[in-house]
Amino acid sequence: MLSILLWLPLAFGLVALLVPAYRAWVVALIGSVATLVIAAVMAIGFDGSGGLQYVEKTPWIPDLGISYALGVDGISIFLVLLTALAWVPAVAFAASRRAGGDRERLFYFMLLLGETATLGAFLAQDLILFVVFFDLMIVPFYFLFGIWGTDREGITAGAATVKMLIFTLIGSLLMVVGAVSVGAFAGEPGTGLTYYIPDLIERGLGESYQNWIFWLFAAAFFVKMPAFPLHGWMPDAYRAAPLPALAVFSAVLSKVGAYGFLRVVLPIMPDAAELFQTAILIFAVASIIYGSVVAFTKLDLRLIIGFSSIAQLGFITLGIFALDETGANGALFQMVNHGLVVVPAILIVGLLAERFGTENIGPMGGLAKRAPILAVIFLIATMATLALPGSPNFIGEFLILNGVFQTDVAIAIVASSGVALAAYYALRMYQRTMHNPLPDGADDREISLRDGLIVVPMLLVVVILAFAPQIVLSDTAVAVEQAVAAFTEVTR
Amino acid sequence: MTGTFEAPTLDYAALSPLIALAVGLVAIVLTAVFRPLKRLAPGLAILSMAVAAGCLVWQFGTEADLVSGSLRIDGLSTTFSLLILIAGIVAVLYAAGDIAGRQVGRPDFLAMLLSSVFGMVMLTMANDLIIFFLALEFFSIPLYVLCATDLRRPGSLEAGLKYLIIGSLGSATLLFGMAMIYGGSGGEVGFQAIAEGLTKGGVISDSLVLFGIGMITVGLAFKVSIAPFHQWTPDVYQGAPTPVTAFMSGATKLAAFAVFARFFLVALAPETDQWDVILAVLATLSIAIGNLGALTQSSLKRMLGYSGVAQAGYMLAGIIVATADGVDALTFYLAAYLAMNLAAFGALIVHERMTGSDSIASLRGAGNSHRIVAWPMTIAMLGLAGLPPTAGFLGKVFLIEALADQNWVWLAIVIVIGTMLSLAYYLRVVAVMWTNDPAPQGEDGHIDGDLLVTGGTPPWKDLGLVVPIVIASVAVIFFGIFPDPLYDFASRAGDAILSLTG
Repeated sequence: MLSILLWLPLAFGLVALLVPAYRAWVVALIGSVATLVIAAVMAIGFDGSGGLQYVEKTPWIPDLGISYALGVDGISIFLVLLTALAWVPAVAFAASRRAGGDRERLFYFMLLLGETATLGAFLAQDLILFVVFFDLMIVPFYFLFGIWGTDREGITAGAATVKMLIFTLIGSLLMVVGAVSVGAFAGEPGTGLTYYIPDLIERGLGESYQNWIFWLFAAAFFVKMPAFPLHGWMPDAYRAAPLPALAVFSAVLSKVGAYGFLRVVLPIMPDAAELFQTAILIFAVASIIYGSVVAFTKLDLRLIIGFSSIAQLGFITLGIFALDETGANGALFQMVNHGLVVVPAILIVGLLAERFGTENIGPMGGLAKRAPILAVIFLIATMATLALPGSPNFIGEFLILNGVFQTDVAIAIVASSGVALAAYYALRMYQRTMHNPLPDGADDREISLRDGLIVVPMLLVVVILAFAPQIVLSDTAVAVEQAVAAFTEVTR
Repeated sequence: MTGTFEAPTLDYAALSPLIALAVGLVAIVLTAVFRPLKRLAPGLAILSMAVAAGCLVWQFGTEADLVSGSLRIDGLSTTFSLLILIAGIVAVLYAAGDIAGRQVGRPDFLAMLLSSVFGMVMLTMANDLIIFFLALEFFSIPLYVLCATDLRRPGSLEAGLKYLIIGSLGSATLLFGMAMIYGGSGGEVGFQAIAEGLTKGGVISDSLVLFGIGMITVGLAFKVSIAPFHQWTPDVYQGAPTPVTAFMSGATKLAAFAVFARFFLVALAPETDQWDVILAVLATLSIAIGNLGALTQSSLKRMLGYSGVAQAGYMLAGIIVATADGVDALTFYLAAYLAMNLAAFGALIVHERMTGSDSIASLRGAGNSHRIVAWPMTIAMLGLAGLPPTAGFLGKVFLIEALADQNWVWLAIVIVIGTMLSLAYYLRVVAVMWTNDPAPQGEDGHIDGDLLVTGGTPPWKDLGLVVPIVIASVAVIFFGIFPDPLYDFASRAGDAILSLTG
């Protein structure tokens, strides 16, 4: 089941390479929808009270104890769903805008390869397999950003992409060393190698090893998120990226980093996580403050969203490193939620850019009068970002802060200011685009039915989650409890 | 039966790969004499290498000392020899349409190529100091000449001469080192005997032996182009005809690393603590210098030369750990490297024949105009850079695994840092091919016509070129997804070392 889910997008991607170029989008859309259907079927059959499910495990490189092991639990199930869900509007948007240019087949192939790689990272239960997919994710996005990206003032798309790739691979390659070291040093010597994550957790890793291996993983995950101060690649890459690719990149790939902490770092390296807890919390708070402050100095919509993502991921890190159930639950909820909000937000940037001919909020304004539906859709996305009570963001941030308050009050108080800052940049973004007089020459068309169908479904999910967060939280609880088990035992 | 002289028994079955190559060599030299037979030469070369490969497959499980223990056939020699023969066969195919071979006479060119292959195969089997040196020279000397076969270009002649002088210096150093080891071990030449001699004589930290190890290291470092003994590499890679570069980049490393493994892990096994740090320092230097050097190159061949220096540094890690796992990882990595290099150079040959240029800038827009150049080159570059899903990625994982296992984590980090640097130049090639529109003809002012081949079959229809390129590219991806067959194959080399050292 999971293997089908995992390889289906790639299979459709390969088919897309073979059909005539003008048909490639049909294949890609069918592929992404089919993946979503399978993911949904899997989620319906998921048992919220159980542990790892749908496990598939066969040896891959038996001599080194590396296996092809897949499985889902409460931590990954909604991220898998999010991935499958996010790709559909991205593909649809790309299809509606002919984003592939004169190389459509390659475009959809790369986009779907990206989906397989991302799903792989969430499904992998073998540490090396996880690393493989984690590194593989970046390859299709390198091509997507590089080939179909936009050259900006001062930096070409190619240069921006190379910068992104070097940054993220620095982290990922350090993680290769980390992952291999975990396998080599876990458990008693002479017990044979394994990289199956549940086995590694059971074997345990000596504390002296944990303390340096922790940072190898942390580097990879923080760059991927990105977290301050490792975000140097983000502004250029965000400005260069084609919007459909950016939507999934921002929504899902950034979550893989946070997910990695929950899947690998906390269970395998609990001592190190506890030892460096305060340091990571400070980094997270720095990300929140820095991301929020920079977000309200920027005029480029992509950058506002990019820097606000840094802040949001700061919150998520904060929740994870609260090292208790409430915080981790909140973090997981927030990951899903942020992913759901970012896809429509970025696609709306595309709609705004078509109307104003720019992605800069300076010359925008006044759209609300003539295009009220678009304005409402954008408002929902905005409100969902700023943690208004009644939005799922509120629930997520509440849980996170609640968790952190129990660990470190000072950090929680500073982090709370991030919520206020978010209100400022989100409302500024909304006002500058929708209110004020309409500039001359701008097109104030209402959102078309087609675009509405692309953007609205994800926002509907956001609204549903706002009122029924238990849909997610009830299924994540058991797995989250396991992930932070090592810490709660100590405090009890 | 009652004669007074008893010749050593020859195991002809185990020697059959060498015999096949030698017969092929003689036959090709004869075709040069009988003009009408000249056209058979490429076929004969491929045939004799294929027969040799067949013999190796036939002898795959054999472990035996041959010719009074001066040669040894085992997992190490068979795996490395097979890879060398693949490189040789592909080189013949790549060279078939090449202008260099036409100038010096095709049979002569092929005879030299085949004798070089012969020397390399013999080197993988070398089990004493004399064969070690003989085989090394046997493959090196024809290679010097091969580099100079593109007679029209001063660059080619210069490359040959430079390689000759520096290579000879390396050989001399190596020979000097061997003499010292010979003395230090109490007059032994066989690898196992040397190990026993060194242990028995209690001369493990004797300065004579250490000096000998140092000089042998330097000599081999010249051959596999490990910094700071790499200066010839970029010049020779660039100057030599591209099919020759394709051959030597993979095959030389294979042959030299085979003997590197056998000599250091068997003969010098008692001395591991003495040489592992030296080699680790050399590996670090090589990774740093190779990657930094490659960053600024504008010629793809030069860049691949520097990248070869860096890659040799990664490979050295497989020797440093001094375990069977290390040799497995090294063999896997070399096999992957061979496939990646054959794909890259093959694509480059196609490109050169179309445009006459080997500059990275001239690849602009190949993604749109010439898929047979762009796809293999992209796969090869991603593989060399160590990105999944290529065999290059897993090769690095295996090397790092072997390092971490023996507590060489700092060297693993060095490899990682080197890999990061390397992304900048490997991806530049990919970026040039995919992110820009095709260059208008002659716009970059570098269509010098030097390498341009007009008339004849267009290179993308030349099956001898296209088929190996496609196979190599597919192999890079295939073994990145299903590494197990290749890993099993590679682990024969590690097993051989294990059975030699006990």
